[in-house]
Amino acid sequence: MSNPSTIQSAKKHQQLEKVAIRFAGDSGDGMQLVGGKFTETTAMCGNDFSTFPDFPAEIRAPTGSLPGVSGYQIHFSSRDIYTPGDAPDVLVAMNPAALKVNLRDLPENAILLVNQDAFNDANLKKAGYASNPLEDGSLKRFRFYPVPIGRLNAEALAKLGLPKKDAERCKNFFALGLIYWMFDRPMESTVTWIQDKFKKVKGIADANEAALKAGFFYGETTELIPEQYRIPQAQLEKGLYRKISGNEAAAIGFVAAAQLAGKQLFYGSYPITPASDILHELSYHKNLNVRTFQAEDEIAAMGATIGAAFGGSLALTGTSGPGVALKSEAIGLAVMTELPVVIVNVQRGGPSTGLPTKTEQADLFQAMFGRNGECPVIIVAPATPGECFHMAIEASRLALKFMSPVMYLSDGFLANSAEPWRMPKLEDLPRIHVEHPTVADNFLPYSRDPETLARPWALPGTPGLEHRIGGLEKEDGSGNVSYDSENHQHMVQTRAAKVAGVAKFIPPAAVAGPPHGDLLLVGWGGTYGSLRAASEEARRLGKSVAHLHLRYINPFPSNLGDLLTNYKRILVAELNCGQLLMMLRAKYLVDARGFNKVKGKPFQVVEVLRAIEEALL
Amino acid sequence: MNESTTLTLQPPALTKPVSKADFVSGQDVRWCPGCGDYAILAAVQKALADMQVQRQNTVFISGIGCSSRFPYYMNTYGFHSIHGRAPTLATGLKIARPELSIWVVTGDGDGLSIGGNHLIHTIRRNVDIKILLFNNQIYGLTKGQYSPTSEQGKKTKSTPFGTIDYPISPLCVALGVEGSFVARTTDTDLKHMAMVLERAAHHKGTAFVEIYQNCVIFNDGAFKGITEKSVRPDHALFLEHGKPMTFGKDGSKGIRLDGVHPNIVEATGKSEGLCVHDEKAPEPTLAYMLSRMRNPDYPVPFGVFRAIERPTYDGMLVAQEQQATAKMGAGNLQNLLRGPETWEVK
Repeated sequence: MSNPSTIQSAKKHQQLEKVAIRFAGDSGDGMQLVGGKFTETTAMCGNDFSTFPDFPAEIRAPTGSLPGVSGYQIHFSSRDIYTPGDAPDVLVAMNPAALKVNLRDLPENAILLVNQDAFNDANLKKAGYASNPLEDGSLKRFRFYPVPIGRLNAEALAKLGLPKKDAERCKNFFALGLIYWMFDRPMESTVTWIQDKFKKVKGIADANEAALKAGFFYGETTELIPEQYRIPQAQLEKGLYRKISGNEAAAIGFVAAAQLAGKQLFYGSYPITPASDILHELSYHKNLNVRTFQAEDEIAAMGATIGAAFGGSLALTGTSGPGVALKSEAIGLAVMTELPVVIVNVQRGGPSTGLPTKTEQADLFQAMFGRNGECPVIIVAPATPGECFHMAIEASRLALKFMSPVMYLSDGFLANSAEPWRMPKLEDLPRIHVEHPTVADNFLPYSRDPETLARPWALPGTPGLEHRIGGLEKEDGSGNVSYDSENHQHMVQTRAAKVAGVAKFIPPAAVAGPPHGDLLLVGWGGTYGSLRAASEEARRLGKSVAHLHLRYINPFPSNLGDLLTNYKRILVAELNCGQLLMMLRAKYLVDARGFNKVKGKPFQVVEVLRAIEEALL
Repeated sequence: MNESTTLTLQPPALTKPVSKADFVSGQDVRWCPGCGDYAILAAVQKALADMQVQRQNTVFISGIGCSSRFPYYMNTYGFHSIHGRAPTLATGLKIARPELSIWVVTGDGDGLSIGGNHLIHTIRRNVDIKILLFNNQIYGLTKGQYSPTSEQGKKTKSTPFGTIDYPISPLCVALGVEGSFVARTTDTDLKHMAMVLERAAHHKGTAFVEIYQNCVIFNDGAFKGITEKSVRPDHALFLEHGKPMTFGKDGSKGIRLDGVHPNIVEATGKSEGLCVHDEKAPEPTLAYMLSRMRNPDYPVPFGVFRAIERPTYDGMLVAQEQQATAKMGAGNLQNLLRGPETWEVK
């Protein structure tokens, strides 16, 4: 068989700057898989990209049902892009339920490719369709391509003699092949992957490869689809790239941080969506001085993390909001005992169990205030999947430098979204300096570094430094239990001053856009892409709008108050009901307004743009 | 398999021997006068000195409650944590630092009520730590509510008409989760306590020790009917590995098994047919039967119920790490950053 990717298509080509494709099907249809493969191939083609998987909390909801629909969107471009795209330009729907769930997002004239074989009476009924939408003319406003994927796939695989069910399972690769053709992408890396993945079952490997190629050739020969699309390479910064998601970046970022500090990495965690991938990733790296502990519950994970920190590890735990709620008392213990721990919160929709697989930013107040007593912690928030790496190092640096818990606020979007990531060179990463006292003379466990107010980190095993710490109030200096009222006030203020003092050791906040102007759009965490794209678009439309994205939330960068005074209006966009907004208003007495959304989904660029325009009226 | 060491013995040539006084911290002990905790503290300090344990490699970790003030009084490393969670801190510390000797001090409320979940999972994993559970069958620090080990019907501040809870047995719990070392002793018998503490210290794996401890204020005399010298012979059974189970004055009574039921029999001068204690039995059946024996039907057993060898969590963790490193080679951060696939933009 000749290599199809080298065939010059007879069909005409159209060049596009950017495209968003959404693959949607049953959660058992392998949509996340083909989406991931398309992304890898797109990366190799040199496009910038951003992806967003959107899947249900149920592992296998009833086949064909609306709750069982799983989607994967990739936005790729020949320019810099910041988001997975507001709406798909292309929707691949593998069954009626996938069509029904995703159709509302599809703009007029978008390409709609459906597996028409799945539109039988049973599936239509499960999706709640009274009539077959493929036949009632309701899809005429799209470039509608009904493809008998089930039948074509079965025919292509007939020679291989696979059981019908196994052959049927390859249809996602048929769809992928067709999309590869449509966007003129090479198939080699996917073929190599298929053969490697299924090397133990040659029949399955060959069937998936055959399905992929059959889809590709179908595109070339069918009269249904008139043209192909090409998206040229993007001009990315030079260097070596990989694809990375936020959870992957966080995991390897913490491994890097531990190595940069010359420390063992300890990760204590209890499985929870959407944070578990960090545990999975770290549990593999036993040859990199990483010790993972799957605890019996969230509290145990936090307790073990504190124990490991007492022993001298770079100790962290990872969870989502409900887990942080359970850990709260122990986080207070880490504040009282002033031990360096990092708590990763991959936020999801709340309250309570909420929306486990959906994104939200509503745990900011929990991070700030969710403990008994005056209990400040440092809070950082990465803005992009790739930045999850660098903020992991930063969170670790601050925890170790200040002997303080650090809350690291990621979210479900960052965790699962992927983008091209230019790998840093090891020599460019900052070394993290850690000291442990060894001299026994006049050792005081609660003495303080005059610059940072950090207490010394004396490790068990050091002769002469035996000391006791705990959750009862500490006497300044000695660390002995103290119920003295003056001492308590002094210690509360000292712990607060220590965290406030972090502001001297973090970079100042910087705006993108005019340094003075009509509107400052403020955000934090995983909404960066949408806010950045919307503010750039607003400037392109001639508006005086700047964007400020906070990575350090407690303490705020010391120049933040001044920056806020440089704009006539302030719009704070968050995926919550106005938490950063309230903090900014309380601290700086500014008349900031909020743009808030709690739908379990990231901001669309267009809705942020609309909010900017309304704020400027 | 087991790489970690429970105890690091003092190399005599390098440092001077430690005494009991070396384990006494400078903090004033603030238990009520007459509290059983004083005896336990003294026994632990003496046992560690007798074993020439290195103070700097020893860590005491506690939760909340009267017993949990213990670490403040030990001149070792110490951590007074939060209610019920001491085993979690101990587990994390042991994973990070397997070479340390780690002791958890807990109580019946701390260990079996709020911290029950951590207790069972720590014992189940066989983390190489020592757990001393001071059982006084009452909440002392919160001033006298019933605890999960209080006897049914007990009238306390929170149960003016008597508790309707069925009590939990610490040893049944420990054996139920396959504890590799399970023992009981009492604050009224210093010699026995020293023996059990030393056995626990030398055990590789989780050593769980229930210590009957008298709360002089809220539950005074709770164990008087078992442990007081005058009644002890008839109401307590002291277990010894390989020895027939006898009790009573001059060993006049013994335990004989009738099927799976223990029977009390006349044993003066004849030990054949009596149940012989086997702490090393692979199955915990016998130990479990003993843990069910209670007054007034049976004497209460003291001593080591079970002591078996079993790979420890921390030992297996280190072994797995070494095997993985041997297989994959030493890790390389640059390779980790690269991930599975890369491409270059020129």
